[in-house]
Amino acid sequence: MSNRLFGPLDPAPDAGWQDAPARKGFLTDTSICIGCKACEVACKEWNAIPEDGLSLLGSSYDNTGSLGASTWRHVAFIEQPMASTRATRPSVPVDLGMPSVGLRDAPQDPTSEQATSAQATDAQATDAQATTGKADFRWLMSSDVCKHCTHAACLDVCPTGSLFRTEFGTVVVQDDICNGCGYCVPACPFGVIERRTDDAARVDGSGLRTIVNKVKRVDKVPEKRVRDKNVGIAQKCTLCYDRLSAGNTPACAQACPTQSIQFGDVDELRERAQVRMEQLHAQGVPEARLYGADPGDGIGGAGAMFLLLDEPEVYGLPPDPVVTTKDLAAMWRKAGLAALAMLGGAAVSFLGGRS
Amino acid sequence: MDARKSFLSWPVMRQLTGTDRLGRGAAAKSAHTSALTARTETADRVVQSVCPYCAVGCGQRVFVKDGKVVQIEGDPDSPISRGRLCPKGSASEQLVNSPGRQTAMLYRRPFGTDWEPLDLETATDMVADRIIASRTAGWQDVDQNGRALRRTMGFAALGGATLDNEENYLIKKLFTALGAIQIENQARI
Amino acid sequence: MAECHPVGFQWVMEAKARGARIIHIDPRFTRTSALADQHVPLRAGSDIVFLGGIVNYILTNESYFRDYVVAYTNAATLVSDDFQDVDDLDGVFSGYDPETGTYDSTSWAYKGAAEQAAAANGEAAASDSDDGGGDDIESDESQASGHELGGRGASHEGAAQVHRDETLENPHCVFQVLKRHYTRYTPEMVERMCGVSQDDFLAVCEAVTVNSGRERTTAWVYSVGWTQHSVGVQYIRGAAIIQLLLGNMGRPGGGILALRGHASIQGSTDIPTLFNILPGYLPMPKAAEHDSLKEYLSTISSDTQKGFWTEARAYTVSLLKAWWGDAATADNEYCFDYLPRLSGDHGTYQTTMAMVDGLVEGYFLLGQNPAVGSAHGRMQRLGMSHLKWLVVRDFNLIESATFWKDGPEIATGELRTQDIGTEVFFFPAASHVEKDGTFTQTQRMLQWHHQAVEPPGDARSELHFFYTLGKKIRQRLAASADERDRPVLDLTWDYGVQGVDGGEEPSADAVLREINGWHLTGEDHSGRGDLLSSFIEMKPDGSTAGGCWIYSGVYAGGVNHAASRKPGQEQSWVAPEWGWAWPANRRLLYNRASADPQGRPWSKRKAYVWWDESSGKWTGHDVPDFPATKDPAYRPEPGTAGPAGLAGDDPFIMQADGKGWLFAPTGLLDGPMPAHYEPQESPVRNPFYSQQANPTRQVFKRKDNPSNPSGDRPGTDVFPFVFTTYRLTEHHTAGGMSRWSPYLAELQPEFFCEVSPELARERGLENAGWATIVTARTAIEARVLVTERIRPLVIDGRQIHQIGLPYHWGVGGGGAIVSGDSANDLLGLTLDPNVHIQESKASTCDIQPGRRPTGPALLRFVEEYRSRAGITVETSNVLRNEPASDNTPSSKPEGRAHE
Repeated sequence: MSNRLFGPLDPAPDAGWQDAPARKGFLTDTSICIGCKACEVACKEWNAIPEDGLSLLGSSYDNTGSLGASTWRHVAFIEQPMASTRATRPSVPVDLGMPSVGLRDAPQDPTSEQATSAQATDAQATDAQATTGKADFRWLMSSDVCKHCTHAACLDVCPTGSLFRTEFGTVVVQDDICNGCGYCVPACPFGVIERRTDDAARVDGSGLRTIVNKVKRVDKVPEKRVRDKNVGIAQKCTLCYDRLSAGNTPACAQACPTQSIQFGDVDELRERAQVRMEQLHAQGVPEARLYGADPGDGIGGAGAMFLLLDEPEVYGLPPDPVVTTKDLAAMWRKAGLAALAMLGGAAVSFLGGRS
Repeated sequence: MDARKSFLSWPVMRQLTGTDRLGRGAAAKSAHTSALTARTETADRVVQSVCPYCAVGCGQRVFVKDGKVVQIEGDPDSPISRGRLCPKGSASEQLVNSPGRQTAMLYRRPFGTDWEPLDLETATDMVADRIIASRTAGWQDVDQNGRALRRTMGFAALGGATLDNEENYLIKKLFTALGAIQIENQARI
Repeated sequence: MAECHPVGFQWVMEAKARGARIIHIDPRFTRTSALADQHVPLRAGSDIVFLGGIVNYILTNESYFRDYVVAYTNAATLVSDDFQDVDDLDGVFSGYDPETGTYDSTSWAYKGAAEQAAAANGEAAASDSDDGGGDDIESDESQASGHELGGRGASHEGAAQVHRDETLENPHCVFQVLKRHYTRYTPEMVERMCGVSQDDFLAVCEAVTVNSGRERTTAWVYSVGWTQHSVGVQYIRGAAIIQLLLGNMGRPGGGILALRGHASIQGSTDIPTLFNILPGYLPMPKAAEHDSLKEYLSTISSDTQKGFWTEARAYTVSLLKAWWGDAATADNEYCFDYLPRLSGDHGTYQTTMAMVDGLVEGYFLLGQNPAVGSAHGRMQRLGMSHLKWLVVRDFNLIESATFWKDGPEIATGELRTQDIGTEVFFFPAASHVEKDGTFTQTQRMLQWHHQAVEPPGDARSELHFFYTLGKKIRQRLAASADERDRPVLDLTWDYGVQGVDGGEEPSADAVLREINGWHLTGEDHSGRGDLLSSFIEMKPDGSTAGGCWIYSGVYAGGVNHAASRKPGQEQSWVAPEWGWAWPANRRLLYNRASADPQGRPWSKRKAYVWWDESSGKWTGHDVPDFPATKDPAYRPEPGTAGPAGLAGDDPFIMQADGKGWLFAPTGLLDGPMPAHYEPQESPVRNPFYSQQANPTRQVFKRKDNPSNPSGDRPGTDVFPFVFTTYRLTEHHTAGGMSRWSPYLAELQPEFFCEVSPELARERGLENAGWATIVTARTAIEARVLVTERIRPLVIDGRQIHQIGLPYHWGVGGGGAIVSGDSANDLLGLTLDPNVHIQESKASTCDIQPGRRPTGPALLRFVEEYRSRAGITVETSNVLRNEPASDNTPSSKPEGRAHE
């Protein structure tokens, strides 16, 4: 048992689980994602997550925006003209409000890796265009989720033990323990975990529902909505811990119509991802790449990995995430007192929380 | 709650005595977490159903506990859908259990400005009376050349594409016997 | 398909993974396009040019499947010498009557059969001339011949004995007629009218032809937007011609798949809540034509045609016995007289107009929201405001239930709540988990869903509601001596069982048994015997009863096969033991065509059903769709009719000649082959002939139904853009089952329009800003999505912009999580003549930045547009455009007016 905070390891045994089952995780193959958002709904429905805002974001078909306390699966939509389109369509003066669109904003330095990949793609697209009329435009979709890092900074900084490593190697918030301190929020290198805010503001005093952005009064239909649960505490994907314990597939993966979201043993998924990537390369999709599949990366590899069709930034993912607690052990040696104080604080908040 | 006993079962204590010295795994698991059980496991029964949205006909499994639907998810046995559901199908439980669902009969009287309550039996009686009256008002025995029409143009219906075959059968049968011909549904739209 | 049928799309993705090539032809780049190998954007409303171009390519390059075409289609059949094509007559086929805007299709008939058909049609024409008019009963005989057809095909005199030239060289054979007809549908024309480059178009042609033949099949999939055109039926005919030429019908991996959008919309057509048909696609009888059962049956099928429709008497009598039981006897023609008679189009839009005109008192809305989901929302709501009473049965207070207090017309001041006399009953409905019953999904498969829980509060199933209503009505009429009440009182209406609370509940199981049918026992056929095992057992003599002949067999052997649930992984890929597909549990229709004329599979990899010589039977992976023991070599005596008239190589067993129809000699009201016509509203002039739009489309010259100017007429430039409406994955039709669901509402919270960056620049539209979209009917506002997924097309040398509008939102409604203007409010009413479905997928509009005016100012704003475009009731409603004429509408024949 190493209890290491960096480098490859099997997280469940490392966290004291004896006879732990094989580590479980997701492989999200974005090359077959149809952007239907079944994952978002199935997740919410299973986990009873409240609705998360009713604004049109003007960002393609994405009105969810990002992962957060009340969104544990988020499908990103990236509208991406290939370079050949730029030649045939006039320049566009309107702001499309997209997340940064890779190829259009790609650096023009021909020595950069990204530009090279873009050129390769262009050549591919142009060739294909001439022979088969292949589209000169892409609409990328990808369902994002908590990465269930091998080295999970959220867990490392959690003073209460609310965030813990399960026997499946996943990282789960225990609602009954979390005191809402929020240390985990900035610790996450992906911006996944968040505290849930109070939803009460959405119901006015008369019991009538007010619609965000619309200010629309409705008939005298009583506001039957219960106050959202778990307000104030940290929330994120649990990889459906309760379903896993019962031997079931997480809700999102079960619903996914095209099996873009695949659930299974992380080791097996990693192999599958490699095979799929090589298959795509052979089919003339050189831009296919894996994300979170390398145990040698800054988080020791993710439990939820991705097959992407462009740079991670295009999907809103950090290109090279590093566990923010990489140096925590060294810091502890220098700041043992502070750590003790943190523990004391934890005890106080427990007692407060349970009174 | 006995604070002392509770204190001894705290993760902190378990962490100091167990294999999880950093308290990030087994030692940190709370009693609440240990008690978590998937509601698919505790359901009284599972009922096979079909998604009510589009016409693909995906299989659904409906989990029922204490007379309430607690979960609806894809049926892996279905050769059509293989257990998968789209966002609408995945929202079926909310369709059924939506807190905003209107489950009480409502009535708006002519020229009225708001809904009023009405009991179901009375409402059904009122509708039966109105059908008979409007049937008579719109009745056509013969056309201008004296050929049989035997119908009423007094009332009409729209809907059926979301209903069961058995329901459509009764609607068509009853309306046709009443002489009502203006029965339509989404298939015309 | 990925957009609206995501779970069905898993099979497309699986096919793609196995090497299939996916082509998506759609004005917009959708989630389907994102996963396709090729996306082909085309101008909405130009599909027949595209499809005709493919037909021309196939014929020109001789890439049709010749063995299949000669043996299984009517390519070799000779057509009447009198037939004249649209190119001969400047845009109409022979037989067109400009006074009525209808065709006499006598000249389209097969050679030799034409004389017989002429006699029959002459009779019909004679009865037309008898119409004196003068009272308020609609008489629209000219329209009454096609809309009864449903899925039935058409009666054809003498079709059992036709003239054929299997060299396909006779200039009058269908093959040559087809070839001449599509000569002008060149790649250049496709580019010019569809806005598709010749390279892209030819890539499609090559892909579908290379992928068809003995070893391979290509499938065409359409969503029902294809039906929503003034030439909607002909769009589907276009695909049918391609699939027949390529040998893709009746074969695995082939076919034309209609993706339908409601759980049981197929079922509600099979067992119709539709005006024109009875269960099993039997027509509703028509006044004057069907005074007797014999007359009625003679128009379903002819004694001189082949196929199973000649058994219609057995199906009809069994239905009448199911409905009227012992009262239905041979002496009274099994109560045939109890059926009400049609006299024209009584479709939903006719009813809406009748409501506006004060001719309808009561209206039931059953899980349907016309205030949002039907075309011309304003007319829908105004119509409902004229009713005496309205019954809405739904889960939520949909906009159609609340139009009287918060509809858009309240906002404009056109209606005032306290002036609306409509009495409204809102009955909460039971959901699918709160009742037993069957849905029929898009591939004709019935699936039983079991009741899981009791419905909450006052919620009840439609089964419960209508069963109870029927009982109450019968009680009220019980003492009546009026002859008109006999059909109600004699009706079999006994479905009750004991419910959970001790009260009486209707049993869906009992209804399904009646639908299946049973043998009647005893001398007087009054007893109930065994359930029928198939429609083959139905008898014309009153000794069987059955409510829907095509569903007969669903309860064979006393087992509810719709409830069959053998796991897919435990059975063959055809999965025959999951649910039950009509007819006779066949999963693939016309599958005799999957074998060659000798009964052998066309190829090993495409084997599906075949003739087993040793057992003398058809066998294979599916239930053969052919008489089980009919030898492929069987040839009937010439002229033999009915099922016996089918030769061993006549796979299309419901067709009058046993063949797939490349050319429809009868049955369609707007032509035997698809010809290109522009939509009712189009910024483009039809380049093929003077005739701009379908000369038989149904137009309604009413002040409340104005059309935008079209083609080269003045004022067309006031509405320069094409718009098309559609659905999104996240919502369901008019929103009644999605906008009240927080999890769905939040995914697409607001109504938006999709425009290209080019149009955005041209009109100053900003992404996420507001836009106002205007037609002659109204103006609506939407948030703007500027997207390169929409691209301008060059049509006839001009840039044409298209605007996309999802139609899920509505104004008003009680408790909707999200709401917004309704795209369907923009539409007017112009219908396909065959099926009376509205044109809602290709119309014109203007778009401006910013929000629309509110209150009465909105009415003035739209009136200003109409005035600027010079719109009158005649605008775009002239049915026949004569060659070289000027532009004054008054010089045109008026066609049918529906004032």
